[in-house]
Amino acid sequence: MADAPIISIVDLGVTYAGAETPALRGVDLDVRGGEAVGIIGLNGAGKTTLALTLNGVIPQLVPAAVSGRVLVAGMDCSITPVREMARTVGIVFDNPEFQLSQATVAEEVALGLESLAVPSDEMPGRIAQALTAVGLAGLEERSPMALSGGQQQRVAIAAVLAMQPTVLVMDEPTASLDPAGTADVFAIARRLNREAGMTVIVAEHDVEALASFADRIVVLDAGRVVAQGTPAEILGAVDRLAAIGLRPPQVTELARAIDPTAPDVPVTVETAIAWLGARR
Amino acid sequence: MTTGMAPIVTIHDLRFAYPDGTVALDGVSLSAEAGSIVAVVGQNGSGKTTLAKHLNGLLRPTAGRVVVDGLDTTRHPVRRLAGHVGYVFQNPLHQLFARTVADELAFGPRNLGVAAPEVAERVATTATSLGLEPHLGAHPHRLPLPVRKLVSIASVLTMRTPILVLDEPTTGQDHRTADRIADVIRDLSAAGTTVIAVSHDMLLVAAIADRLVVLDGGRLVADGRPRDVLSDAQLAATTRLAPPQITQLAMALPGRTGRRIVLSVPELVAELRDAR
Repeated sequence: MADAPIISIVDLGVTYAGAETPALRGVDLDVRGGEAVGIIGLNGAGKTTLALTLNGVIPQLVPAAVSGRVLVAGMDCSITPVREMARTVGIVFDNPEFQLSQATVAEEVALGLESLAVPSDEMPGRIAQALTAVGLAGLEERSPMALSGGQQQRVAIAAVLAMQPTVLVMDEPTASLDPAGTADVFAIARRLNREAGMTVIVAEHDVEALASFADRIVVLDAGRVVAQGTPAEILGAVDRLAAIGLRPPQVTELARAIDPTAPDVPVTVETAIAWLGARR
Repeated sequence: MTTGMAPIVTIHDLRFAYPDGTVALDGVSLSAEAGSIVAVVGQNGSGKTTLAKHLNGLLRPTAGRVVVDGLDTTRHPVRRLAGHVGYVFQNPLHQLFARTVADELAFGPRNLGVAAPEVAERVATTATSLGLEPHLGAHPHRLPLPVRKLVSIASVLTMRTPILVLDEPTTGQDHRTADRIADVIRDLSAAGTTVIAVSHDMLLVAAIADRLVVLDGGRLVADGRPRDVLSDAQLAATTRLAPPQITQLAMALPGRTGRRIVLSVPELVAELRDAR
């Protein structure tokens, strides 16, 4: 894992045009290259706003007053053109239907490459590579609309991967997926992060999925970063989570009920089995 | 909990094929007792939403029979069935059209001929139960998607139908709101409303359902108490269902073979304390 932060956010404030209260305020956050970061918070806490500042959509395409600074790979996201940012930061949203527009899966994945003016002889290789990474090789000529929601979300991820970003941001990527689709998306995110070394940031309500994925979890509440740390540190602080309306993984809740003061509590099924075994 | 009364919903050997010949439901039979909460789970494409749409006549059986509150859905128009079966779509965009949230909530009961003072009372109580009071004057389409979904649920609740069908009620909701929705469903059931909820949210399902129905490829592959259905490891594997994390932990703990399936954290805490 590289030491220099690939994302550096300093005192970021965002207030949407026409809004009375800021969507983000005083956000300081560094993300190291190759890190897997989970973001949790209630709806309206600022998760999507934060994601959209990372590729410059806020403030370049969505009108908002922005203070502070967001740097990704040394580029100032507020002034580097969004198209340029897309080479470095790929974003996947919650509803795959809203992200897909083309007649075939291959065309869908090619769309972003065309916008980056990737040479046409380079495209087939990149498309094949991206579809293989999400397990959809062979479906190139299918209509995205004929795919399941989980497959559609994997097409959306492939479309982003083809642009070969160094940072992948996913905003509630599993919100509209069934359990199988959710498992597949997290398996892909894990592989991209662990094997390809990609920096992956996932905003998600599913704390169980995040607990086994993230190196670090950031908690947003009413536009502020109120806590960040390892999954065990953040999700083990059950009372703090409850105070802002969030819940821990069920195994963590169990461990806290058994031992309210234990310094380390499990956040995954595997660690819970070991934790309970050690206490017998 | 179930009341032991006669079924208020009866689905007999339901088969449904889309015009292109795709068979979405292939011989599904199911009944629900008044006041019970039935959860329907299964992967996308398993036929859950198609089944749900048969309950208020949005779809009519290709073969078989659907009877709700004594009405055969093939013999009554949707507007007649609407007074008996409330239906909340998965996508709130399919459902919201009024200029304010208050109007949206009032529309259903007004349409059913409910008197104005009672409409006002229903709008107020329902808005309170789902935390929508601050949004009553807002335009539904200006609200964030999760709030719009709550509005779409509320706009059906105000009709106070004896049967309520919810398609993915908690999708996109945070924990706090999902809990609130679960509470509302439990209260409705306690007051006698029959709730049929299509959902991927296994935490919700484990917390509220009396019955768990699993669809796979248009067929009903399991129907029983959640505790029994979720204990079937083979079924979970073939249908790729993911039981709640606490259920998974309990099933993976050594020395628990033959013990009952756990559906909630307090259940496992109690068992582990007793074992000491």
